[in-house]
Amino acid sequence: MRAYVVSRLAQTALVVFLSLTAVFVMVRLSGDPVLLFMPMDIQAKDVNEFRQRLGFNDPLPVQYARFVGGAMRGDFGESLRYRRDALGLVLERLPATLLLAGTSLLLTLVVAVPLGVVSAVRRDSVLDHVGTISTVLGQATPGFWLGLLLIYLFSVQLRWLPTGGMGGLAHLVMPSVVLAAFYSARIARLTRSAVLEVLGEDYILTARAKGLGEGRVIGKHTLRNSAIPIVTLAGLEAGQVLGGAVITETIFAWPGLGRLTVQALLNRDFPVVLAAVFFISLMYTLINLAVDLLYGWLDPRVRLR
Amino acid sequence: MKKWLGIALTVAALLSALGAPWLAAHDPLRTDFAQSLKPPGAPGHPFGTDQLGRDLLARILHGARLALFIGGCTVIVTAIVGGLLGLVAGFVERWPSTVLMRIVDVQLSFPFILLAMTINAIVGLGLRNIILSLSAAGWVVYARVVRGEVLSVKQRDYVQAAAALGMGRMRLMFRHVLPNVAPSIVVVASLQFSSFVVAEASISFLGFGVQPPTPAWGSMLSESRDFLYVAWWLAAFPGAALALTALGVNLLGDWLRDTLDPKLRV
Repeated sequence: MRAYVVSRLAQTALVVFLSLTAVFVMVRLSGDPVLLFMPMDIQAKDVNEFRQRLGFNDPLPVQYARFVGGAMRGDFGESLRYRRDALGLVLERLPATLLLAGTSLLLTLVVAVPLGVVSAVRRDSVLDHVGTISTVLGQATPGFWLGLLLIYLFSVQLRWLPTGGMGGLAHLVMPSVVLAAFYSARIARLTRSAVLEVLGEDYILTARAKGLGEGRVIGKHTLRNSAIPIVTLAGLEAGQVLGGAVITETIFAWPGLGRLTVQALLNRDFPVVLAAVFFISLMYTLINLAVDLLYGWLDPRVRLR
Repeated sequence: MKKWLGIALTVAALLSALGAPWLAAHDPLRTDFAQSLKPPGAPGHPFGTDQLGRDLLARILHGARLALFIGGCTVIVTAIVGGLLGLVAGFVERWPSTVLMRIVDVQLSFPFILLAMTINAIVGLGLRNIILSLSAAGWVVYARVVRGEVLSVKQRDYVQAAAALGMGRMRLMFRHVLPNVAPSIVVVASLQFSSFVVAEASISFLGFGVQPPTPAWGSMLSESRDFLYVAWWLAAFPGAALALTALGVNLLGDWLRDTLDPKLRV
């Protein structure tokens, strides 16, 4: 197990470093960040002064080295728009995103996993059909459209929930449902097929043949064995929740990391883009690392690969 | 049932896309302030009109054209680029494989939509650039799947036999390995198509991608937010068109996977 953990950690460190480089290259390919940010009618003297102050006049390798060095110490430079350190802005928005993503994940676990298990165990029942139809619809419905429909229904027509912003529990309802919808549909389908696969195994037949009650067959033999694919895929998909947060936060004016990224991209505020995109990819990579380690612990065969 | 619904919805989307100029009674760009914000069912405008008096049905039909064009181009570009790289990496293991898998790892450390949006914000807006951004963010899925398939096909007896008979590597790769991984490429392409269409709409919704006044579903939905209190149809119909297209293509993709390659996980 130790060798497995060490090799996974080394791989993760490499990926983090390479993605840092990728972010830098991507942002620098776009041309002069200062000119893109500045209004059209600015004077050349001011542009140059701004550039000098932020270090954009140095050769690219120097800028790259400074960027990587700074990033290691958590310094991504100063936001062009807010004149504050970019990482500070990102960290300030982080709790809102974590709250939203956490609530959605919880909703998913409470709704999707039991739905998938019941659909598989009671295959071809009414509940299975209803579940299949709703997961297929859930996967096809774009989150931002679902958001608009919910706002129309619950804010415009019924006036039950606020259209956006962050505040009490009522503000959390629609964004987390929208974010959970797509993810739940995936997880319910994956759970159903994972459980079905296990139910077809010989050891389930054996368990039934030796007279075990259905509760024990499902609870002990089936669920334990189908946990591995569910955990893996749920973990891999968890990262996509961060991508979904970018859209959901924008619709509901939720003051999180996703909305900050969109605004920074629209404003061409590149230090904030660098910090935010890198931070999201870091979280994503760490989630994947956690899943891999959990996977290795659940299924010892994995460690040998 | 799933198969027929998938085929029906996909064909409907294709027909609207191809036939948009003939099916639509109005020019999707022509404004008419006397007719602005008419509800569905208004004379001559079955889906109503938007804030500038443009016919919503015409805009949705032309939106289908744009969405399917972008989705189609992206699927073709990613299938060719990702497929070829995956083929080479699986065939010539050693360093091409390692390099490719590192690139794939790095790309997969960004959520797809965030990566496509960031690339799009950087390379610039417009039709060509949205196809470019989606392709740059999406090709890794093919590369990974195809590489995995090639690694397993390579071990089969007929490939080994052809190699033992002295067949050249190029011929072996394109004549024996490629046809056997082709079904996976088709399945991945069909499953990716709807995610590209939805991603394009999301990116245009956020203010990048295709810009108004071009009738793209995403930017139409984005504009509809300002009129949600007075004109629900501006949000309802373009979104429904998008969701039904995605549903149709997803069902078709599921059916293709069940038929061609039931073990494949994407």
